Amino acid sequence: MEDQNMDDGDQNRETEIAPAQIAVHPSQESVSVAVGSDLRVFNLREGLPVKLSDDGHSDSIRAIRYAANGKLFVSAGDDKLVKIWATDSWRCVYNVASEKRVSAVAISNDGLFVCFADKFGVVYVVDTRAFTEETPTSIIKKGVPILSHYCSIITSLEFSPDGRFIITADRDSKIRVTVFPQNSLNGAHEIQSFCLGHTEFVSCLAFVCNQEYPQGFLVSGSGDSTVRLWDFSSGSLLDTCDVGAEAAFADRKEEEGLLPITDLCTVQDGSLVAVAIQSLTGIMLLGCDLSKRNLSVVKVVSIAEETYIPTSIGSASTAELLWMVMGASSLNISDIKSLVRIRVLSGFSKCNAASVETLVLEDKDTPGGEQMLQTLQGKLSVEKEAFSSAAEAVKNSMRNLLIKKQYSAERRDFRKRGRNDIKNKAK
Amino acid sequence: MGHESTVMSTHSKSTGLPRKRFYRARAHSNPLSDSHFPVPIAPSQFDYASHYPQIFGETVETSCQRKIEFADIGCGFGGLLISLATLFPETLMIGMELRDKVTEYVKERILALRTGNPGQYQNISVVRTNSMKYIPNYFEKGQLKKMFFLFPDPHFKEKNHRRRVISTYLLDEYAYALAVGGIIYTITDVEELGEWMKSCLESHPMFEALTSQELEDDPVVKLLTTATEEGQKVARNGGKTYQAIFRRIAQPAH
Ligand SMILES: C[S@@+](CC[C@H](N)C(=O)[O-])C[C@H]1O[C@@H](n2cnc3c(N)ncnc32)[C@H](O)[C@@H]1O
Repeated sequence: MEDQNMDDGDQNRETEIAPAQIAVHPSQESVSVAVGSDLRVFNLREGLPVKLSDDGHSDSIRAIRYAANGKLFVSAGDDKLVKIWATDSWRCVYNVASEKRVSAVAISNDGLFVCFADKFGVVYVVDTRAFTEETPTSIIKKGVPILSHYCSIITSLEFSPDGRFIITADRDSKIRVTVFPQNSLNGAHEIQSFCLGHTEFVSCLAFVCNQEYPQGFLVSGSGDSTVRLWDFSSGSLLDTCDVGAEAAFADRKEEEGLLPITDLCTVQDGSLVAVAIQSLTGIMLLGCDLSKRNLSVVKVVSIAEETYIPTSIGSASTAELLWMVMGASSLNISDIKSLVRIRVLSGFSKCNAASVETLVLEDKDTPGGEQMLQTLQGKLSVEKEAFSSAAEAVKNSMRNLLIKKQYSAERRDFRKRGRNDIKNKAK
Repeated sequence: MGHESTVMSTHSKSTGLPRKRFYRARAHSNPLSDSHFPVPIAPSQFDYASHYPQIFGETVETSCQRKIEFADIGCGFGGLLISLATLFPETLMIGMELRDKVTEYVKERILALRTGNPGQYQNISVVRTNSMKYIPNYFEKGQLKKMFFLFPDPHFKEKNHRRRVISTYLLDEYAYALAVGGIIYTITDVEELGEWMKSCLESHPMFEALTSQELEDDPVVKLLTTATEEGQKVARNGGKTYQAIFRRIAQPAH
């Protein structure tokens, strides 16, 4: 019946509330935000808003991402389109059609292959080598299916730092590590490992690596309120950080239960992990000691003055800034349709002696300043009342999308009776 | 007291074995349906002691290192496991079955056999689970020597092909759970499904077909048509069967 649940989701209003996403160009040349079907890009190098030469998306965007070399950008979501953009011109060079809604995207480290995952757990690959400057804009291409999680929503898709593996996480608490073969168009059949330990959906993945450990380790965040550290090549769980329990949430209500992790972001040398947690106003920073293979809470950077709960975070490899967005589309509270609020944290760098000097930048001090905020937020000042409504809406949509429905026995029977194939089979 | 008589009547007086008719269940389950049974978080959490109590006796200090090596996927009423139990007495085996009543029946059947034949049938057990979702929760990489798919549900409709228990994607997982050299056995009386399973296996880079000599030498092959309830039914009706038996091979270097 799970396929039906997913179909139900298509009609479900709440899941249509899409949390805002943020992505930062690897050398901070630009920063992009997606809210609802809106894609907003600001050119930080020139200090100008980017005009996209394309109609964009027609339904909620669920994933955005820059290639490691910064040349390509991918956006995808509920309109079943994967758009591949060239970041020099912000021209959409490829439109890839998906049969189902798209839940995650990734670009191989060499920038040649774009992968995307659909809501039924299938991962597709697109070979971008075919396009040249002369390629006409926006040809509809189809992806080639390469692997599948059996009927589970894939929540996160990543290439390992050395590019050898493609890693997929799903809402059934599974993380799968698959060899990404040279000829990926023939499928990715060789499973290297499964990282098993989470007890709820896995929401996000990131890598920590340094010179000593160039292949790196995997960190994952989950609906079970933990962040875990893995040796992804063997699937061994190295450490579990119960951030829900560790953080002293001042305003935490008991009935809220587990606090899902919504996003993770790591610094270049792997010593620090930023964690966005549902209901946490601000951001939690974890120290990561790769030689000891452990994670520990360094501190919580509170951003309490506007009940700021980030929905997505990102950073460039060249700057010591953590970019955060809090936002949601389709809010429809009074006359506020959507909310986007950007905050930038400085000092997001190497963790020295378990202390980190961080500062939440004033709007005027952010890269791109007020013009950047005007472009990405849609306006400079954001109504206070929008924050709590957005937080509530995002929480509900995440719950509906990722937490398995626990039907009562009666309700289950009722659902079964309503189904024709079973009705017909009954004697 | 009422309780005792119910228990008795579900089991045959003469053999002590459970009677199948008390464990009737719906003909087919939808493997996509949400689960309502416990699943081990990882293979290391699988409760060997409760499944194989005599082998993993609670009092033994040096914990037993043995692992499950044979898996019968969609084991139905368990006929294959029971035949294999005495053929490979040193091998731990598990049946995986989606329907809860059928699983309960197999459990009772094994318990009765253990009671009736002291020292035997200690190496087989059954779990209720959806094998299409949870294989990695039960088996580590390369842990299995044999996997069985005997008379799986055909799911004829094109749009239901993804419910089939053999597919290219699922073979990736089976290849993960199987040791290099391990063998996957499939058999069906549905020609279309037989061709499907064979073509999935043939086109998969991590499997190769056994030679006819190897098939002849393998004592397990003969059980495929005779050991299970479904196989016996097909044989009684004189039905034709289609087998595909393949070996897990090492992935060619990339
Ligand atoms: C036609 S029966 C064959 C049973 C047995 N192998 C035999 O030969 O007698 C197929 C069995 O597979 C079970 N099954 C179907 N899908 C399954 C799944 N995803 N996981 C575990 N068992 C499944 C069904 O409940 C059914 O008992």
